Amino acid sequence: MSKASFVYVNYIRTTPEKLWEALTDPEFNREYWMGATLETDWKKGSSWKLVFSDGRVADAGEILEIEPQKRIVLRWRNEFMPEFKADGYTRCTLEMERVDEMMKLTVLHEAEAEGPHKLIEEGVSRGWPRILSSLKTLLETGAALPGRKTAPGS
Amino acid sequence: MSMDEVFKALADPTRRQLLDRLYAKNGQTLNALCEEMEMTRQAVSKHLAILEEANLVITLRRGREKEHYLNAAPIAEIAERWIGKFERGRIEALADLKRRLEGTSDEQG
Repeated sequence: MSKASFVYVNYIRTTPEKLWEALTDPEFNREYWMGATLETDWKKGSSWKLVFSDGRVADAGEILEIEPQKRIVLRWRNEFMPEFKADGYTRCTLEMERVDEMMKLTVLHEAEAEGPHKLIEEGVSRGWPRILSSLKTLLETGAALPGRKTAPGS
Repeated sequence: MSMDEVFKALADPTRRQLLDRLYAKNGQTLNALCEEMEMTRQAVSKHLAILEEANLVITLRRGREKEHYLNAAPIAEIAERWIGKFERGRIEALADLKRRLEGTSDEQG
């Protein structure tokens, strides 16, 4: 049995600078990340948390690796849904690479341990596609997808 | 990777079946995917290569195994291209209705 994993590879018509800003700037996050913002100083070893506009912490963890405009590796745990939190820590790798006129953004989100994993199989697999397609639309057209600016259950 | 490749990849029942199987259970090896398919391993492998070329399937190496993952990004792009506009319109209409019902519309003269 292998570790539960989720992969999403998106090609976005944007620059490395803009993509980096969209991932790391809280004001930018809010536009496509269901109204949530990433709070951290973006340094290796620092803690990070994803905070909904009403103050609830959605997810949190530690920055394991960071290389501006190239790569972010996060240790990641869900904090606001008990059945997901019980699954414990996961690892999320975001890789950015220029391909022709596009930026290739790869998101790999994996469980730390083997076995079934609700957070990866349900939460992550449902959440990332919505967030990442909204991010793509925002970067390419300047407007995020509707319904992606509010937190679930709020 | 182009939209043409995505549509070509999707225009085959076997390849759609492979995507369905990855949707049901992500991260399968070629061996696992060959089960229940009434064709040779080479044929399945060929279909997977076309899906990979179209960015619909991503492969990850895990030791000696190669796992296949469904990548929903090209399908999300199709949905956004032809459905996004209508979804936006509906949400805007609802927001407009809410404003009017709450009597805060600034369109009233």
